[in-house]
Amino acid sequence: MEMKLSLAPLPYYWPRSRTLAFYREVESMPVDIVYLGETVCSRRHELRAADWIDIARAIAAAGKEAVLSTQALIESESDLKVVRRLVENDGFRVEANEMGAVRLLAERRVPFVAGASLNVYNERTLALLARLGAMRWVAPHEMNRAMLEALRCGAPAGVECEVFAWGRLPLAWSARCFTARHFNLQKDTCEFRCIEFPDGLEVKTRDAEDFLVLNGIQTQSHKVHDLLPDSAALREAGVDIARIGPQSSGTAEIARLFRAAIEGSLTPGEADARARPHMPADPCNGFWHGRPGFERVGDRGQKSP
Amino acid sequence: MNQAAAPAPARIELVCPAGGLPALKAAVEHGADCVYAGFKDETNARNFTGLNFDQAGLREGIRHAHAHGVKVLLALNTYPTSASFPRWERAVDRAADLGADAVILADAGLMEYAHRAHPELRLHLSVQASATSYEAINFYHRHFGIRRAVLPRVLSAAQVENVVAHTPVEIEVFGFGGLCVMVEGRCALSAYVTGDGPNCTGACSPGKAVRWEQTAEGVETRLNGVLVDRYAPGERSAYPTLCKGRYQVGGQTYYAIEEPASLNTLELLPELARAGIRAIKIEGRQRSPAYVAQVTRIWREAIDRCLRDPAAFAPAPAWIAALNKVSEGQTHTLGAYSRPWK
Repeated sequence: MEMKLSLAPLPYYWPRSRTLAFYREVESMPVDIVYLGETVCSRRHELRAADWIDIARAIAAAGKEAVLSTQALIESESDLKVVRRLVENDGFRVEANEMGAVRLLAERRVPFVAGASLNVYNERTLALLARLGAMRWVAPHEMNRAMLEALRCGAPAGVECEVFAWGRLPLAWSARCFTARHFNLQKDTCEFRCIEFPDGLEVKTRDAEDFLVLNGIQTQSHKVHDLLPDSAALREAGVDIARIGPQSSGTAEIARLFRAAIEGSLTPGEADARARPHMPADPCNGFWHGRPGFERVGDRGQKSP
Repeated sequence: MNQAAAPAPARIELVCPAGGLPALKAAVEHGADCVYAGFKDETNARNFTGLNFDQAGLREGIRHAHAHGVKVLLALNTYPTSASFPRWERAVDRAADLGADAVILADAGLMEYAHRAHPELRLHLSVQASATSYEAINFYHRHFGIRRAVLPRVLSAAQVENVVAHTPVEIEVFGFGGLCVMVEGRCALSAYVTGDGPNCTGACSPGKAVRWEQTAEGVETRLNGVLVDRYAPGERSAYPTLCKGRYQVGGQTYYAIEEPASLNTLELLPELARAGIRAIKIEGRQRSPAYVAQVTRIWREAIDRCLRDPAAFAPAPAWIAALNKVSEGQTHTLGAYSRPWK
């Protein structure tokens, strides 16, 4: 079976009209699965849980699998309320991004997706989650090919494996909002300034090298984690689904190029070359190759600057 | 109102770092209720050269601590991969055989093993498990019977209180020491830059990746080539921890993520006691025995005084001064416990 493609939840805060327009475009993108919802910051309110469920309906009507993703960092009772709302929705699968959501989903005995932030690094943890209802798991971003292959050897049968294959890497979460901090604002009165940065707020080192982007309480890599050149290796390693992160432009083209590489109408190298104009920054793929994440390892395994 | 009718605050354990036998003895001598330690390998999140215990060292440490009525908690709080899982299992077995009072675990699969293989062994949920809600903590309680959870340094004092109110699991919070500004267990910054991170290899911003260079523009600190900070002459330089560097954002150069400051919650002690927390953790297994002695002594006195008379409690200025002296950047913050910090 060919590898499927998924679209990660939108990590950024876009105005409502832009988000709705984006997901109308997603309806015709060549992706099989679409993850939806606010996973980063509970203060963001351009779309509420009910809006995301409406989008899920439209995505499902377009013939795709819609999945509702829960927030990764839970701090308050109202955060939990949103998680419960998603868990109790009828009809759409849920991606659990922390163990509280796993507990609630397991209690309802509904199949779920185990998100990357659950830190599934070995088959024992995966088997436990599978017993509780996980039908799919997303590998932690740090996981390299060798780790993944070792896990797959002992993994419970029938659990799909998904790997983040395109986009700025979500590297860290915090209680603190770094976008608000940049504007000398407190999180509670942040003025929602992250809405001004559709691909995150860029951070450079003092010698002017691109380094990170700030996305509210989330810190991302500046570089684009790009496994297009490794798409054949993903399949060989037993990956069922490659996940693409939304970006402010070019997402549809990236999905088409992944599709072409998977179907064989383009070689992974050709597809990657055509993806370059749609890349908001330099590529990296070190994590997949067991190297520092920001490195780019070439086709023949050599490191390039 | 009859003030005396209020229930006395529950005992709060002081949990101190033991990077080696001298630090363990310092913690025991100066009033720790528990020490926490790790083996000399990547099974724990402070996997630094020269730190931690081999089997004989830990046996001696546990003997010494138990002789003085102090508990030893063993941190096995990194995430084993499939290939390394058996080694983590053996580490749990060794901890149990040596008589550790609890193991501090993050990986759910390893916790399941510990629960099954050593049903009598007390399980603590590591901060590395990133459990910030009572629903998450209750997950580990339901499946593995955990007795205590260490909260990541992301919740406000009011949020801590809400967690305590909704779980039978004892709650431990960080009281003092280096401040992880990111949710522990969810930070890949170090792995992104160096290939080594807390989750898999137990090291954040590891020493082998550090370079200090004198340049025309000042002293530069780099981590695997990435410039973390640059210091003008006379400026005090700090270890290049990635989240505590100065970077350029929108044309400004500043501590874009966090200043080099330590967490110090002394002034919140009565509030935390009222919230019902059961233990306070001091960070710093990588610090010297002198640090451990100093910090343990002050926190012992503070906790005792607070529990005797919470209403009258105020941190002594001498305590704060002494703690600032051993703090990163010689300054401190309340971190997430105080909402304005967020």
